[in-house]
Amino acid sequence: MTPIQRKIARHKSLDRFFAFEGLTVMIVALLVLLALVGQLMFDGLTRLSWQFLTSFPSRFPAQAGIVSAWVGTILVMLVTALAAIPLGVGAAIYLEEYAPNNWATELIEINIANLAGVPSIVYGLMALGLLVYQFHLGQSFLTAGLTLGMLILPMVIIATREAIRSVPPYVREAAYALGATKWQTVRDHVVPYSMGSILTGMILALSRAVGETAPLITVGALSFIAFLPHPPWQEAFPFVSFEWLFDPFTVMPIQMFNWVSRPQEEFHVNAAAAGLILLAMTLAMNAVAIVIRARFRKRIHW
Amino acid sequence: MEANVVEMPVEQKAVCMSRPSRFAPRLQERAIERLLQLAAFASVAITFGIVGVLAYESVLFFQEVSIADFLTDRQWTPLFADAHYGILPLVSGTLVTTLVALLVAIPMGSLIAIYLSEYASRKVRECVKPALELLSAVPTVVYGYFALLFVTPALQHIWPGLPGFNMLSAGLVIGFMIVPYVSSVSEDAMRAVPTYLREGAFALGATRMQTALRVVFPSALSGITAAYVLGVSRAIGETMVVAIAAGMQPTLTLNPLEPAATMTAYIVQVSLGDVPHGSVGYRTIFATGLMLLSMTLLFNIAGHVLKKRYRQVY
Amino acid sequence: MKTMDASQTVLKAEARALNFFYGQAQALHAVSLPVYDRCVTALIGPSGCGKTTYLRCLNRMHDLYPGNRYEGEVMLYPDRVNIVGPEVDPIEVRMRIGMVFQKPNPFPKSIYENVAYGLRIRNLSNKRDLDAVVERALREAALWGEVKDRLQASAMNLSGGQQQRLCIARALATSPELLLFDEPTSALDPTATSRIEELVAELKQKVAIVMVTHNMQQAARISDYTAFMYEGRVVEYDRTETIFTNPSVKLTEDYITGRFG
Repeated sequence: MTPIQRKIARHKSLDRFFAFEGLTVMIVALLVLLALVGQLMFDGLTRLSWQFLTSFPSRFPAQAGIVSAWVGTILVMLVTALAAIPLGVGAAIYLEEYAPNNWATELIEINIANLAGVPSIVYGLMALGLLVYQFHLGQSFLTAGLTLGMLILPMVIIATREAIRSVPPYVREAAYALGATKWQTVRDHVVPYSMGSILTGMILALSRAVGETAPLITVGALSFIAFLPHPPWQEAFPFVSFEWLFDPFTVMPIQMFNWVSRPQEEFHVNAAAAGLILLAMTLAMNAVAIVIRARFRKRIHW
Repeated sequence: MEANVVEMPVEQKAVCMSRPSRFAPRLQERAIERLLQLAAFASVAITFGIVGVLAYESVLFFQEVSIADFLTDRQWTPLFADAHYGILPLVSGTLVTTLVALLVAIPMGSLIAIYLSEYASRKVRECVKPALELLSAVPTVVYGYFALLFVTPALQHIWPGLPGFNMLSAGLVIGFMIVPYVSSVSEDAMRAVPTYLREGAFALGATRMQTALRVVFPSALSGITAAYVLGVSRAIGETMVVAIAAGMQPTLTLNPLEPAATMTAYIVQVSLGDVPHGSVGYRTIFATGLMLLSMTLLFNIAGHVLKKRYRQVY
Repeated sequence: MKTMDASQTVLKAEARALNFFYGQAQALHAVSLPVYDRCVTALIGPSGCGKTTYLRCLNRMHDLYPGNRYEGEVMLYPDRVNIVGPEVDPIEVRMRIGMVFQKPNPFPKSIYENVAYGLRIRNLSNKRDLDAVVERALREAALWGEVKDRLQASAMNLSGGQQQRLCIARALATSPELLLFDEPTSALDPTATSRIEELVAELKQKVAIVMVTHNMQQAARISDYTAFMYEGRVVEYDRTETIFTNPSVKLTEDYITGRFG
């Protein structure tokens, strides 16, 4: 072999080694995911039962369950979605379609970028000081939902903006050329055509909120709630009731945290089982998001 | 030609095109724009809320505790009879877990990004990326469970003396948790490097590795810095993993094998107890929160400066 | 070539000393051009000469982007409105003046909804009326036969030429007084191009047409008047046959003989 051939051979083997290393690291990362799911299943799968899903927390690990937790999660998510989605989509539409090029717009943009980097527990502190003690909303579903709503607002805005931006300008021009107003263009074209990505972003943001624990601990989630909140309906007119908004709340991750931080191993089993359900919830949301994205992408391609 | 031109007979002078029927829609347009604008400003209101609450409570806190003590005292025992308010133990806890996390996330995230961007086929990329993204979709409390009941016992096989609560396993798990943040943002940055730069290197006989490390990586450094900053912010602010697996005991130590509380874990600890609203103990969490926010902000600004410095224009 | 009686040369619109600015950069310099009703006016010139910029002044498309500014006037007849005047609502202008773009840009909706959209935003919602207008517009755009059985199918599945005719139908549905074409065939194959050209020749029976084209043969084939633009100015404007057979300016001659551009 000539020296240059030897050099090439060495470079090539280094190259292969490097590729191998990259692959290994990737596999390690995926193995961690596998180990995590495996551990949860190993510990918690046997605990999953109808009784577990329908029981309230208890001092006795074998009798404890998560009914108040999953009901709580659903109700908190409802408030979160109702708070964050209209606000976030509205803000995104404003920034993409309406905002003039001035300092106020720039302020909003910088602000959103920075908010996305604020640790979630800080949102909890803000909610504690403002919602709980200033606005007297109490340590309630309403407070919890609004807290998470504020937390995911930047995510919703960023995802929606990206979605809106993918609608090509010539489609907007087509609408304007027909005499459409700005709002008509947005309502009839820009938003419908980016709906797939917007929905995907919403679901991903909500799946993030489902797993959030720290800010809810800060605003005062209870981990031992042996009753369900007031039902959101009632017998008499107007048939919907908002009393539940002011009930004390708990959610799935809080329940899991409570069990994991107890010394008894039996509670750890409960934690694992709750973790499995929590994981299933978030993964299901992610899966739905992926399906929606694929569905819409097939329907509209520019 | 001009002679041919016959203008339409127009008695009416300039006719105003805006008919009254158009007035109502115009008003509606304006109202909608205002509404959307209000939504956009809501995010600014949130920032004001955060800064306002933290600043307000911290000012009250610092009326009772001197800033000098807060920054230099080596003990943090605000809920004890002999109260000390030195934030250093909490800061050290945060820094150690963050550092451990970054030691995992940055090499791993970067290598994965290089592999996916420069080596992997489209098919591999499309399978692996969502799978990696799942890593960041797992709720942090689940990671806490994993750290306490899987990683720590596993590490105890290696270091038999390792305490049940320790910063090492918390940091490691946070590291794995933020790998997808680092890898996906870095990969985007590297894939944005134009092909002709790579082709230039290949034409000179460079291997893929050389191209990746000497051409693509440096060109994408601005975006990669952003990825690292994102990772740092996540690690600093991470709460549940440390609260579950690293212990709640404020200890001024740089040894990751020891248990120690971070700033976030302390806030959780106080929130779980029943410290009366308005007491100094209650205000400590806001002062801690302010410290946490300042640190995150500091790293973000540093990252922004670096990002600007490395910015390349293709 | 074409015989023109007086009724055909009714003035539909006229730019008078129109200046246009993209921010600080002046893109049009004192453009003065008449547009006659029921005629095709072609705008030719090398790329960047301002022909598209001028076209987009006519339906105030430039108002969509910040920093753009008009000076001078474009009168629309018969009511003598200065359509680039600041007091005139651009939406009103676009309600009266239709546009067909360079790249076919149907909405990703059904064929029917594409054509009906302009009517819907004019508050026409009666199904029977809509059906009638959609059919009329599709017939005028010579597309009815091809799509009448699949009006609810997505417009995105049509071929490029069909999409462009759909865009023409969409513009025609609202009965515009003036129809603007911005290089409507540049993204199409020759067969589709000739169908569009036939269509334009047909349409000028009803409506004034201004068409930007980079294709001089096209301008010669279908236009009645031609303006040659260069660097934001109108170099020469005349009947098409005069421009192509006997241009009075050297620059025009150089351009149409292919010496530059």
